Amino acid sequence: MDEEDFLEQSHGISQDQRAELWLGALVFVVVGVLLAMLAFVTYQAWPSFAHNGLAWFGPGGSIDQQITRIFTSGDLKQTPVYTFHAWPLIWSTILTTVGAISIAFVSSLFIAVFIVEFAPPWLRRVLEPVVRLLASVPSVIYGLAGVLVLVPFINNHLITQSEKASVTPIISLSGAGLLPAVVVLTVMISPIMIAVFVDGLRAVPRGWLEGSLALGVNRWRTFWKVGVRTVRPVLVAGTVLATARALGEAIMLLMVSGGVGFAPNPLDGPTFFFEPFRTLAATIIAFDDERSSPPMKHTLYAIAAVLLFSAAMLSFIGWAAKRPMRRYGVIA
Amino acid sequence: MSTAPTPTAGVRPRVRTGSSYRLTDRIGLGLAWFLGLLFCAIAAAIVIYFLIEGIRYLRPSLLVTNPAAAASESQTGGFLDPMLGTFIIAVMSMAIALPVGVALAVWLSEFGRPTALARVAESTIEMMAGEPAVVLALFGLALFELPALGFLSQTTNGVVLGQSFFAAAALLALVGLPMVVASVREGLQAIPSHVREASYALGKSKVATIRRVLLPTARPSVITGTMLGVGRVIGDTAIVLLLLGGTLTFQSANSVPVLGLLRGTGDTLTGYIYYNAPTGDGNQPDKAYAAAFVLMLMVLALNVGVDLVVSRSRKAVRWS
Repeated sequence: MDEEDFLEQSHGISQDQRAELWLGALVFVVVGVLLAMLAFVTYQAWPSFAHNGLAWFGPGGSIDQQITRIFTSGDLKQTPVYTFHAWPLIWSTILTTVGAISIAFVSSLFIAVFIVEFAPPWLRRVLEPVVRLLASVPSVIYGLAGVLVLVPFINNHLITQSEKASVTPIISLSGAGLLPAVVVLTVMISPIMIAVFVDGLRAVPRGWLEGSLALGVNRWRTFWKVGVRTVRPVLVAGTVLATARALGEAIMLLMVSGGVGFAPNPLDGPTFFFEPFRTLAATIIAFDDERSSPPMKHTLYAIAAVLLFSAAMLSFIGWAAKRPMRRYGVIA
Repeated sequence: MSTAPTPTAGVRPRVRTGSSYRLTDRIGLGLAWFLGLLFCAIAAAIVIYFLIEGIRYLRPSLLVTNPAAAASESQTGGFLDPMLGTFIIAVMSMAIALPVGVALAVWLSEFGRPTALARVAESTIEMMAGEPAVVLALFGLALFELPALGFLSQTTNGVVLGQSFFAAAALLALVGLPMVVASVREGLQAIPSHVREASYALGKSKVATIRRVLLPTARPSVITGTMLGVGRVIGDTAIVLLLLGGTLTFQSANSVPVLGLLRGTGDTLTGYIYYNAPTGDGNQPDKAYAAAFVLMLMVLALNVGVDLVVSRSRKAVRWS
């Protein structure tokens, strides 16, 4: 042991430089893997984007028929078909993500304030581990609970026969749809947001709150106007983290969404909440065994590319939002 | 809080009818209590529900038998192979993610030059943490279908399958990596600089300082990061379905004992649950509940482990 120390000492400088070089090279490799992923997915996605142009993102025709046509065109010796209008998938992704995030944001904020400031100490000690446990429960378990509890309940108690009859020629309502998806997604991402918010709120300098209290402002107002306002960057960061999870969630949403390429229509009234759909990420899982057909493969990579760039944009927003936190000395 | 001079401030919030609480404040406070208690109720419902269903359907025989294709539930076996698959995947992916993650964290915290590269690396790792698992899975499939990497999976008629334990573990390492990096980096940065300076003053090189002083001190963070990473890895389903094959039992590539198994396809508990959910091909909710219960226990054990490590490390070291 001593001998080794002595050796390290005598070659001190060169060894440090060597270590820095090796670690730097490793960093390059990891950055390279991500860049390779960006390049590769874009390259594989290109035929699909090139054939459709901006219409790729637009509406038009039945998405599931288009997928069938793309798939079969790869099998037979005919010209590959790429016509793909992904609007139903994009619309479903937006609906579930925005719906779940907006519900989860409001409730997570209040719950985090409750945990940090207003909960009795014994409840706080129970709640904190529970939040972390729920944040790390695998999504497939949430999906299982959704499909075995929530979907049958909605099918039996909330959907009326007349609602089912009103959409029969196009889709069938089985309970799986927008409502259970948003509910399960909200329950899934709330703990993530709560955990981030709680960490941020706890880092608010105590003196600021006490200063406000000393001026005679009540506890709620103090916490709402000083505490929550201080951690606004943390709120953005937590929301971004949760949005990334919601956007990329595939398995759970495939289980509770009904798995039909359909764009739920808000004009349908209450039926809207029961209409089935399929998100972008879920589509990749649903059709991954059809990759043997080249045009289908490029289409799947095109969907992946859209997700990849959305997630990259999100992490950029999160990075930008985290920067002003250093100014407050709040690090989450 | 109790030192605050206002009459309304106390250990417990008391909504007074005095002028200090306006209507909006009271609504806000009421909402916080309502949502907080609702969250407690939902959390308790989820935990108790899976506990009850798990205990109801979990039989010891399920843990020691393999899944089998059969018509009736009594003959479809248990989930021995998926459970072993979860262990194998966790160990293999952490064998990659732990050294790489610690190295990245050390570089980011202790070297970090040139600054531009550090910033790029930082945002790259952050981006990896936010990437959907399905995208990683598709990328991994394309990567391991390359003929050059054929030795890591099976090849039939010259076509590389691209699905194996190696492929799944490599991509799941990318899922666990950001957790390890974030945790270790936080641990290293929590060590005050005078500790490093004391080591340098004794004539130790930077490498020796990192190896003998910093990393041993940051060991709780390394353990925490590993556990958080394992939690993410064993909870993933998309990469398992696409890159491990989701074949329920181990399908060895050839008869070589260990290598053949790792080059072959298999399944994990998450894949098994997905297969046995009503939306999957198996559709045996009882088995899915039992597997979900086992998986929940694993996640719970990891969480308790993290809590123990964190609380012990808080007691252990005090710098001042």
